Amino acid sequence: MNKLKKVLNSQKVAPYVFVLPFIFVFLIFWLYPLANSFIMSFQERLLGQAPKWKGFDNYTKLLTDKVFLKAVENSVVYMVWTLILLIPFPMIFACLINSKLMWGREFFKSAFFLPALTSVVVAGTIFRLIFGEMPGSLMNSILSHFGMGPFKYLKDQTLSRIALLTLACWRWTGVNMLYFLSGLKGIDQEYYEAAAIDGASSLQAFKSITMPLLKPTTIYVVTISIYAGLAMFTESFMLFNGNNSPKNIGLTIVGYLYRQGIEKNKLGYAATVGIVLLVVAMTINLIQLALTGMFKKEES
Amino acid sequence: MSKTDYQSNLSPATSDEAVLLNEIHSKKKKKDLPLKIALCIFFSILFVLIMLPFYAVTLAAFKPGEDLIRYGLNLKFDLNVMSFDNFIFLFTGDHAYFTWFRNSLLLTIVQVTLTLLVSAFVAYGFAAYEFKGKNFLFICVLLIMMVPFEILLLPLYTLIYDLGLMNTYSAIILPGIANAGTIFFFRQYLRGIPKAIIDSGRVDGATEYGIFFRLVLPVMKPSFAAMAILNGMNSWNNLLWPFMVLGDGDKFTLPIGLKTLLTPYGNNYDLLIVGSFFAILPIFILFLCFQKYFIDGMTAGAVKG
Repeated sequence: MNKLKKVLNSQKVAPYVFVLPFIFVFLIFWLYPLANSFIMSFQERLLGQAPKWKGFDNYTKLLTDKVFLKAVENSVVYMVWTLILLIPFPMIFACLINSKLMWGREFFKSAFFLPALTSVVVAGTIFRLIFGEMPGSLMNSILSHFGMGPFKYLKDQTLSRIALLTLACWRWTGVNMLYFLSGLKGIDQEYYEAAAIDGASSLQAFKSITMPLLKPTTIYVVTISIYAGLAMFTESFMLFNGNNSPKNIGLTIVGYLYRQGIEKNKLGYAATVGIVLLVVAMTINLIQLALTGMFKKEES
Repeated sequence: MSKTDYQSNLSPATSDEAVLLNEIHSKKKKKDLPLKIALCIFFSILFVLIMLPFYAVTLAAFKPGEDLIRYGLNLKFDLNVMSFDNFIFLFTGDHAYFTWFRNSLLLTIVQVTLTLLVSAFVAYGFAAYEFKGKNFLFICVLLIMMVPFEILLLPLYTLIYDLGLMNTYSAIILPGIANAGTIFFFRQYLRGIPKAIIDSGRVDGATEYGIFFRLVLPVMKPSFAAMAILNGMNSWNNLLWPFMVLGDGDKFTLPIGLKTLLTPYGNNYDLLIVGSFFAILPIFILFLCFQKYFIDGMTAGAVKG
C-alpha cells in the first residue's frame, strides 16, 4: 500500500494521474463515438440490432437526397446571414460604445448582454409567439401600422428565415459586441493619437487601425459563428415547435440528422449526415483561415 | 469619431505634438455634444428593441394563456385582463414545474461542481508538469474543441444505450466531465501562477495531490467563477442532449419541461410564460450580482486565440 502511494506520488507518475480523467473521457466519449460514427456511416444500423455493411450507399444516397440538400441550403443560408449581421454590426457597436463620448457605457453593455442569458427554449418560445400568425401578435401589430400584413411568418421560407435571424441577432449581438470590446481593450491609444496628429479622419483611423488590430478577435468570432451556424438546431426546433416545419423550410443539417437517427431510427444514414457536416464545417473553416492569413502568421 | 480622442493624462513625446493634440482636442470638444446626443439616442433605440421581448413576456405573464393563444405575444397593457392568476397557478396549481426546476437546479449544481473539479485537476497536470505525450494529449484537447458536439449526438446516444445509462443524469454529466474548453481556460490561467507555490509545498513535504488541492485550488478562485458561470449557463439552458437521453417525465429538466408546454392544450400556456419568466429570473439576479464573472466566462473564448 505504502509502495503504491510512493509510486503515485512520484513526479514521473503524478502527471499521468492528473490527466487520466481526460484520457478516459477522450477515449470513451469522444474518440470511440467519432470512430463509431465513421463506421456507422457505411452501415445500415438500427438501435439494438446487428449492423449491415453497405459500403458507400449511404453517401451516394445522401448526396442526391433532396430533403438533405434542402437542409444544407437552410443551414448554409442561415450561417452566411449570421456572418453578415453578427460580425460588422457588433464590431461597429463596440467601437461606438467604447468611445469617450458615450454616456452610460456599462449600463448599455449589461443590457445588451441580457438576451444571451435566456435559454434557446425560452427565447425560442418568446419569438415563436412574437412571430405568431394571429393579427394581434407583436410583429403583425407593428407591421399593421405600416399598412402591411398580417403575415404567416412560420409558413413562409423568407419570413421564417427572418424570424430565425432576428432571434439570433437578439441573442448574440451583445455577446459578439463584448468579444470586440475585449479586443479593443488591447489596442494602444497611442496609435489613435498618432493618427490624429497626422490629421486622419475617424473613418480612416477605423479602417487602418481598428480593423486590422481587431483581426484576431474577428477571426475567432467568424470561426465560432461558422460552426454555430452550420450546427444550428435548437433555435429552429423551438421556433417551429418541433422538427417538422412546413415544406422543411426550417430543417437544418443537425435537424435532419436528428430526424433520421432519432425519429426514424436510421442510425447509419444519420451518421453519414454527421460526417458530411463535419467535413463541410472543417473545409469552410480551413478556407476561411487560409484566406485571412491565419496560417501565414504562424509560420513567420 | 471618438477614436481620435486621447487620454489627457498621457504625456505626448514632444511639446509640438502636445500643442497639436490640444488643438485637435479643443476643436473636437465643440463638436462633441451633438455627437454625444446622437450616440445616446442610437443606443437607446437599440436598448428599447432589445428589451421589447422581455417587456412583452412580462406583460404576458399577467395575462390569461387563452389571450396568448388568441392574440399572440403583444404589448397591449390592459388592466382588465391582467391578474396574478398565472403566478398563483404556478405556485399552487397541479403541475410538474417545480419538479423540473428542482431537477435542473440539482443537475446544474452537480454537473458544474464535478466538471470544474475534474477539469481543474487535468489542467493542473498540463500546466505543472513536463511528461512524455503531453503535447499529443494537449492536441487532443484542441481537437475536441474544434469538432462540433452535434456530430457525436448519435454514436454517443448508442453508447449511452449500450452502457445502460439511458434515463440517468450520468448520461448528461459523464461525457462532459473533463470539458475541453474548461481545461484549456484553466491551463492558461495556471501558467500564470508562480512555480514557487508548488516548490514550497514540496519542501513542506506535501504530496503532489495535496499541493493541488490545498495550495493551487484556492488560488484558482477567480477562474473558477468565470467557468462556473459559463458551464452553469450551458447546463441550466441545455435542451437537446438531455431531451434525447431523458425519457422519464419525473427526470425532465426545466428546458425539456417548458418545451412540452409549447402545445396549446389545457392550462399549458398559462404556465408556459410565467414558467419561462421564472426560468430567466434566477439567472438575471445572479448576473446583477456577478456581472464581471459572467462577462469573463462568456467571453473566455476570445482569450483562447
